[in-house]
Amino acid sequence: MNNQKSNFKFLEHTADIKFQAFGKSLEEVFENSALAMFNSMFDGKVKKTQKFKVKAEGKDNENLLYNFLEELIVLFDGKQFFLSGVEKIKIKDGKLQAEVVGDKAENYEINIDVKAITYSEMFVKKKGSEWIAQVVLDV
Amino acid sequence: MEIKKISKNIYEIPKEGGMKVPGRIYAGEGLMQNIEKDKTLEQVKNVAHLPGILKYSIALSDAHQGYGFSIGGVAAFDMDKGIISPGGVGYDINCSIRLLKTNLTKKDILGNQKKIAEALYRKIPSGVGRGSKFQITRKELSKLLEQGAKYMVEKGFGEKQDYLHAEEEGCMKQADASKVSERAIKRGIGQVGTLGAGNHFVEVQYVDEIFDKEIAKIFGLEKNQITIMVHCGSRGLGHQVASDYIKKMEDEYGFKNLPDRELINAPIKSKLGKDYFSAMAAAANFAFANKQLITHWIREEMKYLFPKIKIDVVYDVCHNIAKFEEHVVDGKKKIVCVHRKGATRSFGAGRKEVPEMYRKVGQPVIVPGSMGTASYVLVGTNKAEELTWGSTVHGAGRIKSRGAALKTLKGEEVKKNLSKMGIEVKSGSWKSLAQEAPEVYKDVDEVIKVVGELGISKKVARLKPLCVVKG
Repeated sequence: MNNQKSNFKFLEHTADIKFQAFGKSLEEVFENSALAMFNSMFDGKVKKTQKFKVKAEGKDNENLLYNFLEELIVLFDGKQFFLSGVEKIKIKDGKLQAEVVGDKAENYEINIDVKAITYSEMFVKKKGSEWIAQVVLDV
Repeated sequence: MEIKKISKNIYEIPKEGGMKVPGRIYAGEGLMQNIEKDKTLEQVKNVAHLPGILKYSIALSDAHQGYGFSIGGVAAFDMDKGIISPGGVGYDINCSIRLLKTNLTKKDILGNQKKIAEALYRKIPSGVGRGSKFQITRKELSKLLEQGAKYMVEKGFGEKQDYLHAEEEGCMKQADASKVSERAIKRGIGQVGTLGAGNHFVEVQYVDEIFDKEIAKIFGLEKNQITIMVHCGSRGLGHQVASDYIKKMEDEYGFKNLPDRELINAPIKSKLGKDYFSAMAAAANFAFANKQLITHWIREEMKYLFPKIKIDVVYDVCHNIAKFEEHVVDGKKKIVCVHRKGATRSFGAGRKEVPEMYRKVGQPVIVPGSMGTASYVLVGTNKAEELTWGSTVHGAGRIKSRGAALKTLKGEEVKKNLSKMGIEVKSGSWKSLAQEAPEVYKDVDEVIKVVGELGISKKVARLKPLCVVKG
């Protein structure tokens, strides 16, 4: 996995997983949010043997991020797909299209089951030239 | 935040601003200090803002920060003016506990712990990213969602007595599979009969102490008897039902007036409120069926190891659920919508919802501890109906985050330490073990002591672990 810790960081939360992701653009902060979510489940190297196209829509950036991450959880539960990278990502007018790569989940020792994305303490905002997203995952 | 001590173990957050009722925390002093460390109290306050909430927004002694509602949170709503909120039930709908009793005693198991842990681990799919060996068609899954544990029994995976000894008799009748999205079906169809991960487990235990002989006898428990506990929920299907309806409710009702976006809700009697309840009930039935299939596999595997074994269900309790129940409000009996998020129903003697064989004494309440510590069997009380909408605690409650656990604990050592105590653990992931180590939980004995003092449930028996299969 592209495990550059500077692209995201985990914050203290009693029961669940809370992270912040960073990026120079909205696309980049979404990409890093996806990487953070999968990193919370397994933080080793993941092969790129599969590719999926993902689409999501949202009324605002938070809603769009929620829906994007949820698509990835559905792929994980339904197809046992474990994400290792986001190859293409485009966001325009609340619509997101992406291509994600990864491998079969059973090949890794995954220690956390992300049940859902939550709106709890969630934000997506621009601070100066940097985008920051904060997400709490229900695990 | 202002917190008033009302009496021993009872604290209040006075009504202020947009709060419609005060907040109530039922905890001892030591537990209160833990509760104050995170955002639990803020969440109790937020819930007090919701339309139609009755009496209090409640947190029990095992409460900790959740999302929207706190974990260990209870709230009841007026059927006409009130709301139903997926965030008040939780994503893992009917995350729940089933307790099995056997005709074995501790001495039958001693020395065999490792073998048993390994056998159960092989038999019951656990962990994440691994599908189930149980195949089911889309059409059959719809039936399962409407029939719960009974579906499995009719397919040959168990006995009628199993579901008769369960909350709701293992099936919420209001379930409607057509209210569950295709996406939720897609997530759940390959997960029937799987434990999942996190705090889910199968544990072989022995009855270490009996506190109330008479009631223990009615529950079928005696000292040194072997029991088996199953903790799991509705898996991806339930998680997706929650997410789907949070989004639908947001589209319909927005969240501008809410203190937290996660508290999105719909009026109970609105179309969306009713649809959510029917879908939630279907997800709850998935969890009941899930535990029924796992029970069957436990029977098969244990029978192979102990040919004369007999395994019966003691009871099966929901932890994350909303229910329409009759309670006394302003001196009058009334149906209300009780949300229990990380809380257990604790009905006392006489309630019609309690299975007949337990109705004279009250329902069994099953409270799991952490891996190395004790679990408890309690009995529900009428006092709980007065104080907490017939609810009590659901576990020890976390105090340490998963990240903090990984910084200080290693799974290998956790396993070794437990092994020294005579507890054999089998898990697919070392990290998962470290994250669920006994040290990350509150003292379950203290949690149980407080609910006993409050009278919202009473101790019947204490169970200690011998073998643990962790998700």
